[in-house]
Amino acid sequence: MIASDVMIALPELLLAGLAVVLLMVGVFRGDQATPSILMFAVAGLVVIFAVLVLGPSTGGSAFGGLFVADGFALFMKALVLVGSAGTMIMSLRYFEREQALRPEYPVLMLFATLGMLMMISADDLMSLYLGLELQSLSLYVIAAFHRDSLRSTEAGLKYFVLGALSSGMLLYGASMIYGFAGTTSFQALASVFAEITVAGEAPSLGLVVGLVFLIAGLAFKVSAVPFHMWTPDVYEGAPTPVTAFFATAPKVAAMALLVRVIMGPFGEFVGQWQQILVFVSIASMILGALAAINQTNIKRLMAYSSIGHVGYALVGLAAGTETGVRGVIIYMAIYLFMNLGTFACILCMRRKDVMVESIVDLKGLSKSNPMLALVFAIFMFSMAGIPPLAGFFGKLYVFMAAIDAGLYTLAVVGVLSSVIGAFYYLRIVKLMYFDEPSDSFDQPIGREMALILTATGAAILLFFVFPGPLLDSAAAAAAALFAG
Amino acid sequence: MSSWPILSLVTFLPLVGVLFILFIRGEPDVVSRNARYVALWTSLITFVVSLSLWFGFERGTANFQFVEKAEWIPEYNISYHLGVDGISVLFVLLSTLLTPICVIASWDSIKVRVKEYMIAFLVLETLMVGMFCALDFVLFYMFFEGVLIPMFLIIGIWGGERRVYAAFKFFLYTLTGSVLLLLALLAMYFEAGTTDIPTLLAYDFPQAMQPWLWLAFFASFAVKVPMWPVHTWLPDAHVEAPTAGSVILAGVLLKMGGYGFLRFSLPMLPDASLFFTPFVFTLSIVAVIYTSLVALAQEDMKKLIAYSSVAHMGFVTLGTFTATQQGVEGALFQMLSHGVVSAALFLIVGVVYDRMHTRLIARYGGLVERMPAYALTFMIFMLASVGLPGTSGFVGEFLVLVGAFQVNTWVALLAASGMVLGAAYMLYLYRRVIFGTLAKADLKGILDLNRREVLVFAPLVALVFWMGLYPVSFLEIFSASVSNLIADHERALAASGGGSLAALWPGR
Repeated sequence: MIASDVMIALPELLLAGLAVVLLMVGVFRGDQATPSILMFAVAGLVVIFAVLVLGPSTGGSAFGGLFVADGFALFMKALVLVGSAGTMIMSLRYFEREQALRPEYPVLMLFATLGMLMMISADDLMSLYLGLELQSLSLYVIAAFHRDSLRSTEAGLKYFVLGALSSGMLLYGASMIYGFAGTTSFQALASVFAEITVAGEAPSLGLVVGLVFLIAGLAFKVSAVPFHMWTPDVYEGAPTPVTAFFATAPKVAAMALLVRVIMGPFGEFVGQWQQILVFVSIASMILGALAAINQTNIKRLMAYSSIGHVGYALVGLAAGTETGVRGVIIYMAIYLFMNLGTFACILCMRRKDVMVESIVDLKGLSKSNPMLALVFAIFMFSMAGIPPLAGFFGKLYVFMAAIDAGLYTLAVVGVLSSVIGAFYYLRIVKLMYFDEPSDSFDQPIGREMALILTATGAAILLFFVFPGPLLDSAAAAAAALFAG
Repeated sequence: MSSWPILSLVTFLPLVGVLFILFIRGEPDVVSRNARYVALWTSLITFVVSLSLWFGFERGTANFQFVEKAEWIPEYNISYHLGVDGISVLFVLLSTLLTPICVIASWDSIKVRVKEYMIAFLVLETLMVGMFCALDFVLFYMFFEGVLIPMFLIIGIWGGERRVYAAFKFFLYTLTGSVLLLLALLAMYFEAGTTDIPTLLAYDFPQAMQPWLWLAFFASFAVKVPMWPVHTWLPDAHVEAPTAGSVILAGVLLKMGGYGFLRFSLPMLPDASLFFTPFVFTLSIVAVIYTSLVALAQEDMKKLIAYSSVAHMGFVTLGTFTATQQGVEGALFQMLSHGVVSAALFLIVGVVYDRMHTRLIARYGGLVERMPAYALTFMIFMLASVGLPGTSGFVGEFLVLVGAFQVNTWVALLAASGMVLGAAYMLYLYRRVIFGTLAKADLKGILDLNRREVLVFAPLVALVFWMGLYPVSFLEIFSASVSNLIADHERALAASGGGSLAALWPGR
């Protein structure tokens, strides 16, 4: 029993062990050990990725139904690990330059990653909350990691206060659900709700209120409108690699959690949550498109861009079908790669060893650094959803799901807001390609950046040639969620 | 039929050239020169390979030929499916012909970022050819919308003063239309279970769906054509684009809209097409007459030709929706002819623009004295644009009018009056630029066409006369496809009771 539980949760246990060991190393060896801790952390994530994908476990439920490892969890965890490892690689040189290299950073990243893996595998409201809080508390700290910077500390505090509020809402929702359904296990909740549906009764008001609070708490974590307020400030204030991290792995994890909660126990109550999600999705897409137009800071712009992207991903979830979940999975995977690449580009924006963050600084980049500009342009066109780049396929599959589910208004609003959104992505291309250069950025950009840019750029550009692997695994992941 | 995958070859050969250009290193001058030569040779080889389509194409059949099919996204039943029929094959040739001409035409006039420029044109060629060859809707859409990226860059980087505005307007206008097309595509996919174009052509879409699908198609194709009143991006884009950009824009990109109507709207949604025919006729006639009048008032040569394009494309939409053999053949012929003639006219403007750096008509006059060869070439294309018998312009417009006459005499009458206006603004332009006295001091030293420019115009002149004097060699290629299309269209209408769709819409 215990042995099989351990095998099922092996990646998480390894990660926890790694984090604790590296914490000890950090404590005893001090700041100068940070680069090696970071490298070990990345190497550890690679090993855990291998264990996860090739490992001995065939999945299943563990720890008395608190933890589940299915195909869906596998796929989303793989994405999270890629996101975490990618941002860690990107952050090494940044903190060296800023002289803020402290061992807590990689350790906290690992704990946050552990929290995300736990969230994705949560099969009970209790374990959901545990994973979520582990992740959130680590993130609060690393948002304020530049402890001498006013903006960074402000970002951390803001994130903490609002995050605590949303956790409170989530807990309140969870307690309501427990109170009215008598259980916290997703499996048990699903059967309770199935009985209600079979009996032809409407769910009690308490359950619906609980559901709404739960969704509100999770919407905060994925930064969907109207719970997005923290995003621009935190993105702008946090150190750039941390922003890159926020934009990738936690988004994927929170979206996975939302998908699991909504489609799992509450799958029967489509009528209760579909309207909420449609509204949240439309609001996010429109706000993401409109509010980004006037931004001058690239990190703030990316914050609104991510709000918009969450809106598109939610289009798939709002459909409430297997096709929709598949769309969400594909979208999040492509989103992760696009954002990793874009933030790698943003991290290359430094002049005389100082980060610059204004989008005007990108002027004429195509002349001063043509390759960087090309990759950046590829990401921008992809985010705008122009074929044949990968971003187009992401949108294709979520809108496919929306049309399939008959959500025509949602689909039309979605595609039209994607046109509005295209404007600000194009503006970045315009600055890089149509304007005359100002001072060029520091070169060379460093080998690890070049590696990440090449890998993500090639993935986005050439996705259409070999779409099969991603689409197949996404389909398998979605099917796994619906099998249970 | 050969065993070679000719269509894939024609589509992706330009990308091989792109790879070569990417690896050119060295001094800026050497890089520019090599990039030009690589682009020229790549596009010429592509053209030669594409000629095998002309010789290998089996006339007298409506089937898709040179078909290639491979699995692409099997899970969604989306495949890599290429093939051409009479409707599309000539557009492929038009694209492969115009690309080398563009490369030669930009030889001296593009001086900055030559490498990127040539890459953009070769990528554009791949996308254009792929779009006309695609027999899968998703594949088609990918090429259709992908065209926006290189064109956006071409206008924005190498364009004129207001290039940023023009590039954004072009991009956002076209994108708005395209995304609705995407939704229609998805709706059709769920209805028919496939995105395979030949299958969709044979599928009968329910009447309740057709108007919505048709409107979504219309949003996309009408912007591309462009039809009045969504044509306003075109004059801006043309005026600001570099010469070769205008050539491709007028020569091929506008045809994507007309091709879309012929390939998708008319055969896939026959009832809706019938229902919306008066609407299309009205817009087409407004386009023909209104934009001709606007053209009369223009002071910028490129803008004038841009408006004339809108008018000529009005004939195309008109002919397409007559749904008669002559009308559709006329629309196709008009598109090909316009592809050659308007492309040539933009090149004509480019010639004097390269010398004087202005496009204002008032800055010219009396050019015939210094530039006789130029005046002659200009006259040929001007008359072809007007539709003089013996030139390519006549055949298309005549066939469209014949088609329109069978459907509605008033429509034919109004459209014919557009031809008269067309003669007015073109002759007026010609008089102001070429005739008169050579009074302006800076024009006194202007040089006539050089060898490179003669090389650019020679094939186009030959084509204008070939198409005008012996149109059969082109008509025979698409007549079988067109008659098949018309027959299918009528069969579908007969099956559905012909316009019973009207019952769905109150007040009609």
